[in-house]
Amino acid sequence: MSTRRQFLTHAASAAGGLFCTTRLAFAGATAASGGRRPRLVLIVMRGALDGLAAVPPYGDRDYAALRGEAALHAPGAPGGALALDGFFGLHPALEFLGQSYRARELLVLHALASPYRERSHFDGQDVLENGTPRPHALQSGWLNRALAHLPGAHPREAGVALGQNVPLVMRGPAAVTSWSPSKLAAPDEDTLARLTDLYAGDALLAQRLADGLAADAIAAEDGAGMTPLPPAAGDAARPRAAHSARYAETVRAAAGFLRQEDGPQVAVFDTSGWDTHANEGGAQGQLATRLAGLDAALASLRQELGAAWGDTAVLAITEFGRTAAINGTRGTDHGTATAAFLIGGAVAGGRVLADWPGLAPRQLYQGRDLAPTLDLRAVLKGVLAGHLGVSTRALDEEVFPDSARLRPLAGLMRA
Amino acid sequence: MSEPFTSAIAANRFGLGARPGELAAIGGGGRDWLRAQLAGPPPQLAAAGLRSCTDILAAALELRRELQAARKADAQGVAADPLQKLPQFLRPIYASEVTARLQQAVTSERPFLERLTQFWANHFAVSIDKQFLAGLAGSFEREAIRPHVLGNFADLLLAAETHPAMLLYLDNYLSVGPHAPAALRAARRDAQRRIGINENLAREILELHTLGVGGGYTQADVTTFAAVLSGWSIGGEGGRFRGGVPGQFLFRPELHEPGTKVVLGTRYRDDGFGQGVAVLRDLARARATAQFVATKLARHFIADEPPAAAVARLADAFHSSGGDLPRVYHALLDAREAWDSGLAKYKSPCDYVLSAYRGLGLPADAAHAPLAPFELLGQRTWSPGSPAGWPDRSADWDGAAALMKRIQWAQALGERLGGRCDAVALAPELLGANLGAATRGALAHAASAAQAVTLLLAAPEFMRR
Repeated sequence: MSTRRQFLTHAASAAGGLFCTTRLAFAGATAASGGRRPRLVLIVMRGALDGLAAVPPYGDRDYAALRGEAALHAPGAPGGALALDGFFGLHPALEFLGQSYRARELLVLHALASPYRERSHFDGQDVLENGTPRPHALQSGWLNRALAHLPGAHPREAGVALGQNVPLVMRGPAAVTSWSPSKLAAPDEDTLARLTDLYAGDALLAQRLADGLAADAIAAEDGAGMTPLPPAAGDAARPRAAHSARYAETVRAAAGFLRQEDGPQVAVFDTSGWDTHANEGGAQGQLATRLAGLDAALASLRQELGAAWGDTAVLAITEFGRTAAINGTRGTDHGTATAAFLIGGAVAGGRVLADWPGLAPRQLYQGRDLAPTLDLRAVLKGVLAGHLGVSTRALDEEVFPDSARLRPLAGLMRA
Repeated sequence: MSEPFTSAIAANRFGLGARPGELAAIGGGGRDWLRAQLAGPPPQLAAAGLRSCTDILAAALELRRELQAARKADAQGVAADPLQKLPQFLRPIYASEVTARLQQAVTSERPFLERLTQFWANHFAVSIDKQFLAGLAGSFEREAIRPHVLGNFADLLLAAETHPAMLLYLDNYLSVGPHAPAALRAARRDAQRRIGINENLAREILELHTLGVGGGYTQADVTTFAAVLSGWSIGGEGGRFRGGVPGQFLFRPELHEPGTKVVLGTRYRDDGFGQGVAVLRDLARARATAQFVATKLARHFIADEPPAAAVARLADAFHSSGGDLPRVYHALLDAREAWDSGLAKYKSPCDYVLSAYRGLGLPADAAHAPLAPFELLGQRTWSPGSPAGWPDRSADWDGAAALMKRIQWAQALGERLGGRCDAVALAPELLGANLGAATRGALAHAASAAQAVTLLLAAPEFMRR
């Protein structure tokens, strides 16, 4: 197998030199970061995760009544939550997260929300991703704008979206790429060279082709780690296996990019299926199956990243939470505050960070939702500053415009 | 541009891509060609063997009941085999529906209507990642959308919201008014087990199907509207949902929240099913709905960020005609902005695949893996994953990996067709006035006939419409 640089040299000559400038910036990437090279994985949980089910506050005296038959029991009881700090537990499907908490690699955040206060998934996701308090205020995402302010040398495509297209959070002026495994044969190099010429007058396609070739080159260098997995036989009967298979290729690809010393430092991918309006389930059921899939994906990400896990932070966030009470169809409707997870070898974990507002009727937001006491952007700022070294000024003005009054949450990362 | 209403724009932007000979037949009368397609009843899918939603759903519910009974009988839990029975039942139905839709799109002489059908099916999106929907999405489009594409928006709206596929997808079939007879009975029996409202359908009707997210409704409107819609259900579900014709829409008075209700400032007296119909009729006539629908249509046919003046004209046509859809389509065709630029829209994967099928005359039958291209290129049919439907801007589809997949697919097609296809001659037939000198030159100098096909399908002019 040819190495990436051999491929690039070849592609560069075939494509009239286009890729020389594209890829040269890789050369100094490792040296400039002084040995430690932080990696960030952002997982967007689309559909609004029920934070009160994922991280049940079993110690709150109002919790059990609100949740009725779906309430999770205290740790120790059959089907009970996994122990965290004596007040909050973890959903029992989140085994790996539980281990990570004990290993002080998981930080749980609760009662947090983006600045969005309505209940539309699609506007909620827009705010979650655009980094302003208003939907559709910007056509770029906070993560992309942060990439422009990564200190030190880094590759031209410092971010990669796992999937065919780039979600809003990663769109913007900084060059990023996207990648997903393919069942089709790789394009012929002569054809690619001709297309590079043909796209010369088309800024969008020229850019996308260059980004796509760069991602394919990294994938090719990583070799076997990023080939599509064979379908797992007979897994459909075992929900955990079936749902982790959904993410398996994505996770392998994310790790394949991030573990390279001169590859992208930031990866993003989506998960879905969190919109549990009916028959959400409790310790088992629909949501439990989804959580088990996410948990297995995170476990496999840790395994695939190997030594790079120590420099990694994974942030899993969602657009808003769900109603505090179970609804009339054993599910939950759109709500406000929810939980988020920050996990990885670089995380100062083993804690739950929450200014708990309580679940009594008068403590609920608009009488129905968990009230937000923590602005998600403070967490995002804390990660971008503490982990990736993005400057306060960039965070206050560009990444999260006009947010100077909102301080980054300090101490999220290991010193 | 020498001719104002070019055949290339008519066939590629408003249609599903030109077939060889089509541009010549259209000539300079692109707009007239499209107007003519709006005359006459909308075409129905011709494929034999497609079953009604009621038929499919009744069979699926019966199958599920058998599986549940088997599971209860076998306390050890049944092996993987019976669990696979439901997907095994639904998957061939999905495949035949997608195939029929593809064949219709590829062979249609009224491709504008096919595009409009797909537009509205996406406006009222259901997604196959929810149980049963893989078997129902096709019949939903055929039964609730297709017959109303040339009708009134209010009828389209009512057909979509009362279709079992929608009531399942957005959970309304389970929703029970808190003071409905069934809820009171249940509370007397077991105070712990709550049954009540599910607000999913009510919210998405307001946000995604009618007024739009800024349309002026509040959380209270959502909750009250959900109470209005309680009882809109499906027959034959078993358990507390026994009764009615299995798999068919059923209004269940015992689940309906009684009483007069106020939605968006208007009082609706309770006459059961009619209460929800009355709210839907008013929503269909609302100014915000006209604006929301006009914006989406203009985004689909004119530009990602459509000019406000064009949107306003479409909204006026919608509002002043009381939601008469052909009047809105005529206003769209009359919009000069839609004809200004030949390639304003980046094709979605579905657009891309259909235009390749039409342009190359690819076989669309079951023997030629008709589902595969949509999956490979990232738009598995009827699987937007959310009730918002597929997005409709360039940035949603123009990712680097997505482009690489299109190039790979174009290469595979080139290799398959090889010397049987003369891309140099075909290019002006498919792209007409949109074909530029760079692409013409690249095709002329291609190393092989196969490569020329690949270059044609990967050309900037073929990526857009």
